[in-house]
Amino acid sequence: MSALLKTVDLTAFYGDFQALFGIDFEILPGEAVGIIGANGAGKSTFLKTVTGLLAAAPERIVFDGRPIGGLPASEIVRQGIAMVPEGRRLFPSLSVEENLLIGGYAKRKGPWSLARIYELFPALTDLRTRPGNALSGGQQQMVAIGRALLANPRLLICDEISLGLSPLIVTSLYNTLPAMMGEGLSVIVVEQDVGIAQRTTSQLYCFQEGRVSLHGRSGELTREAISAAYFGSAVA
Amino acid sequence: MIGWIDTVLQGLMLGGLYALFAMGLALMFGVMRLVNIAHGDFIVLAAFLAIGVALGVQVTPVLLLLVVLPVMLVVGYGLQRGILNRTLGKDILPPLLVTFGLSIVIQNVLLEVFSADSRSLSAGGLETQSLRIADDLAVGWLPLITFLAAVALAFSLEWLFGRTPLGRAFRATSDDPEAAELQGIDHRHVYALATALAFGVVTIAGIFLALRTTVAPSDGPAYLLYAFEAVIIGGLGSFWGTLAGGLVLGVAQGIGFRLDPGWGILVGHLVFLAVLLVRPQGLFPRTRD
Repeated sequence: MSALLKTVDLTAFYGDFQALFGIDFEILPGEAVGIIGANGAGKSTFLKTVTGLLAAAPERIVFDGRPIGGLPASEIVRQGIAMVPEGRRLFPSLSVEENLLIGGYAKRKGPWSLARIYELFPALTDLRTRPGNALSGGQQQMVAIGRALLANPRLLICDEISLGLSPLIVTSLYNTLPAMMGEGLSVIVVEQDVGIAQRTTSQLYCFQEGRVSLHGRSGELTREAISAAYFGSAVA
Repeated sequence: MIGWIDTVLQGLMLGGLYALFAMGLALMFGVMRLVNIAHGDFIVLAAFLAIGVALGVQVTPVLLLLVVLPVMLVVGYGLQRGILNRTLGKDILPPLLVTFGLSIVIQNVLLEVFSADSRSLSAGGLETQSLRIADDLAVGWLPLITFLAAVALAFSLEWLFGRTPLGRAFRATSDDPEAAELQGIDHRHVYALATALAFGVVTIAGIFLALRTTVAPSDGPAYLLYAFEAVIIGGLGSFWGTLAGGLVLGVAQGIGFRLDPGWGILVGHLVFLAVLLVRPQGLFPRTRD
């Protein structure tokens, strides 16, 4: 099976500062892949580059056989990559339902509709007229996930979903993952919580200082190997 | 007593015109935090485009609007896409400088083409007809239509922003352009649509202006000032606020003119300053920001 998304020797820069040094990454259709790493390891930079918020050479990022590096972010959504951004970033001027609807702005065809999002997150049904920021953190995260799903993506990227939420809510959010993947969706899960990343994905990449320090099947990587790749060999 | 009622009534009608001036400015600022210093000059430009067409062919004001409107929509879209989008960023100075430069360019081009003469549009006799309300009270049809147009426009813009997908995209982009981009919203295109829409409003304002009074190429900055004052008085919460701001300014000027024919504009400025002092967020502020 050929990769849905592939990056080849991907580099990224903030001005003169190089943040990524040759990332090779692959995710298959219908697969869940985890990216872990400490703060500043390059996870967010990698996502920004893939989603078009940071510049990249076209052929370094290949999605569904087509080079997409450096395309505008709005065009990449249209190609079928949607992101649940870190910190949720709901629109405060929009109601919950409007926040969800704006996810469908790209008008891609697919299985997800407003009704199905309310089915997936019944808690949102009674909150639909509330402003986007007048919700608990967990509810906001549901809206952010629903908004991304309404773009009917082929690849969903979840950036630090667990940040600032209680373990119980995090577990319930991740429990919805199989339902999403049942529709043939691929998911990239970016996490600081190594345990969650290991349980929910089949492959794991560990980033450190802009490089992939470890890559393998999630179930086969040992705690020691991950710890060494996460913090750097000097500490391990 | 009837004299004061008349003053307030005529002030409201004048305020309708100021609200028309202000809504385009409020729209551009609301969507992309861009203060268009050339706003007044674009109103005058639209007025002169209509006057230019009217010099060639005798047509009704409605037909003039239908001719000038598409031109101004394209100008607005192109201006935003080609120039103003490049000036937007963390620094607030470039858009101010560029639109200030545009203001000077427009004034001088109009001066070259139309000379410094004041000109106006004919409303085909409508300007002298009035609606009698009481024995001593009447309101001109043209000011009344201007006022009603302002109310209709405030209603339409509120509907567009509140109820349509384009309005959602405007508000989302205004909240967080990068997050909007991640939903597939191309902010450069959305900004250009906002400016095109604002230029549509500017065109309506320009034609009503030229029907009501005479315009000269150098008049733009004064209209920018009125628009700016109306926006600040109204607050940035809604287009209803902008309408209210225009009406307050119009009534204030009307009362000033009644007190002393030399005081009208000054009283308008004083009311604006008073609102800034007492209620700097305006009468209808943004409820969440």
